[in-house]
Amino acid sequence: MAKKYEAGVKEYRETYWEPDYTPKESDLLAVFKITPQPGVPREEAAAAVAAESSTGTWTTVWTDLLTDLDYYKGRAYAIEDVPGDDEAFYAFVAYPMGLFEEGSVVNVMTSIVGNVFGFKAVRGLRLEDIRFPLWFVTTNPGPPHGIQVERDKLDKYGRPLLGCTIKPKLGLSAKNYGRACYEGLRGGLDFTKDDENVNSQPFMRWRDRFLFVQEACEKAEAETGERKGHYLNVTAPTVEEMYKRAEFAKEIGARIIMSDYLTLGWAAHTSLSKWCRDNGILLHVHRAMHGVIDRNPNHGINFRVLTKMLRLMGGDHLHSGTVVGKLEGDREATLGWIDIMRDKYIKEDRSRGIFFDQDWGQMPGVIPVASGGIHVWHMPALVSIFGDDSCLQFGGGTLGHPWGNAAGAAANRVAVEACVQARNEGRELEKEGKDILTNAAKHSPELKMAMETWKEIKFEFDTVDKLDVSHK
Amino acid sequence: MSEVQDYKSRLSDPKSRKMGTFSYIPDMDADQIRKQVQYIVDQGWNPAIEHTEPEYGASHYWYMWKLPMFGETDVDRILEEIELCKKANPGNHVRLVGYDNYKQTQGANMVVYKAPLEGEVLERMESAAAVHAYDLVHK
Repeated sequence: MAKKYEAGVKEYRETYWEPDYTPKESDLLAVFKITPQPGVPREEAAAAVAAESSTGTWTTVWTDLLTDLDYYKGRAYAIEDVPGDDEAFYAFVAYPMGLFEEGSVVNVMTSIVGNVFGFKAVRGLRLEDIRFPLWFVTTNPGPPHGIQVERDKLDKYGRPLLGCTIKPKLGLSAKNYGRACYEGLRGGLDFTKDDENVNSQPFMRWRDRFLFVQEACEKAEAETGERKGHYLNVTAPTVEEMYKRAEFAKEIGARIIMSDYLTLGWAAHTSLSKWCRDNGILLHVHRAMHGVIDRNPNHGINFRVLTKMLRLMGGDHLHSGTVVGKLEGDREATLGWIDIMRDKYIKEDRSRGIFFDQDWGQMPGVIPVASGGIHVWHMPALVSIFGDDSCLQFGGGTLGHPWGNAAGAAANRVAVEACVQARNEGRELEKEGKDILTNAAKHSPELKMAMETWKEIKFEFDTVDKLDVSHK
Repeated sequence: MSEVQDYKSRLSDPKSRKMGTFSYIPDMDADQIRKQVQYIVDQGWNPAIEHTEPEYGASHYWYMWKLPMFGETDVDRILEEIELCKKANPGNHVRLVGYDNYKQTQGANMVVYKAPLEGEVLERMESAAAVHAYDLVHK
């Protein structure tokens, strides 16, 4: 029966709070951590978030009656306490499929983390997780190649890949920079890497860098007989410039390029990712700026959502945090999002901060990259935490070796192989790590030197963004 | 601090060539290889054996020794097959692969026998390196 139009302000919960609603397979589900303004009831705050992130606005409008609101509105369907927090609560919202453009992460995020995040009725709002329905997953490009294809292209199996970010991150000339790459690669690394903010500055223009680095890769390949790559960062001020740099990388035979997906922009990144698949070039993805978005436990977007977005938009590698290094990262939460990067189907697991089952269908996985403040002594823990399908990146932990990059690289390569060998033999890496490394160092003066250099360095600050389960 | 050491790796020296996982640690003895074979079996992977002339070691495709040993879980049988491959192909490198058909990739890939680099093989590899070096400068 047709409804009558009544102008005025209604409570959101009359329309957008439906505790009896059973989410559909095709719904996009989201869970927000809401810190309401004092005096705002939970149901009203949850309904307000559902409304403002879907069809609603602050007042009733006559044009509401020209659509089937029940077909299009988001619904808050459940509320839960946040462990260890009396103010905030979790609100679960289901969005019907018709709200979103197929294949557009940009569109989904513009709705779900759009205006609603500035909404006065909430003091803090954090998007903790999204369940992307399978129909939406299949309309996105996904990783250009994926883990298996990368292994096949590079002919590297049964161990984590090894990389190194070249330092100092800014100021080297292109030729000196290429030297630093060559030394690391000939010493046994699989990759070297541009830092996130290495683009095309006056001290080193992109074209010069690309050419010198490519020669470094090719000579190291000829010398070691192994395939090598350097992540050439094609992040640029305009999309045209980005493509120009990517095309040149292809022309000179680069195996892998790189994007800073948050600062480059999601649409530009997605285009680059599709270009990478079309042109057979691997894509490494850096997450610079993520800390702005994901670090505050009460406002913003949890990194697990940024991870899902990246897998949808496409990338072959994504920085994940190291758990053990210098940068923020709770262990269980990190394990959660590395599963999200790699696995085909991830089950809800609150102990890892995963709120929903997520089915990726046939979409390939992304290799998690552990980078930042790690060195050989961390190797046993890293191999144990990350397993084979990962890329371990030692910047200072390669370049800071007293004998130089080649020795630093060799130390890391010996350490990773010794750990993999020991793991395969059934030994417990995190317990026996010291013994395993000490033994391996008997045959590797480079590793012995590295172990002496970094013995005492530890990173034991507490994490700021902890899982809610661990707050108590 | 001890004195800075040189890193011994040369384009002109074929002995600098590496061949994937475990090529930076000392060659494994029979007992250690047995443990790696056991690992492949325990993962439920299909063992396979491949070999090549040393000068073509960097190629994706080595020669298959027969077919992958689908469903083989007897470590001794697998070790025996490695020996048969070695005998039938003197002067070749031999590697062991563990095919992971669920992930559609190789879960393991390791050289289990390195042929000595000497005589004509060494000469051929040295002249190939010289061509590489020329290409690097003249392309």
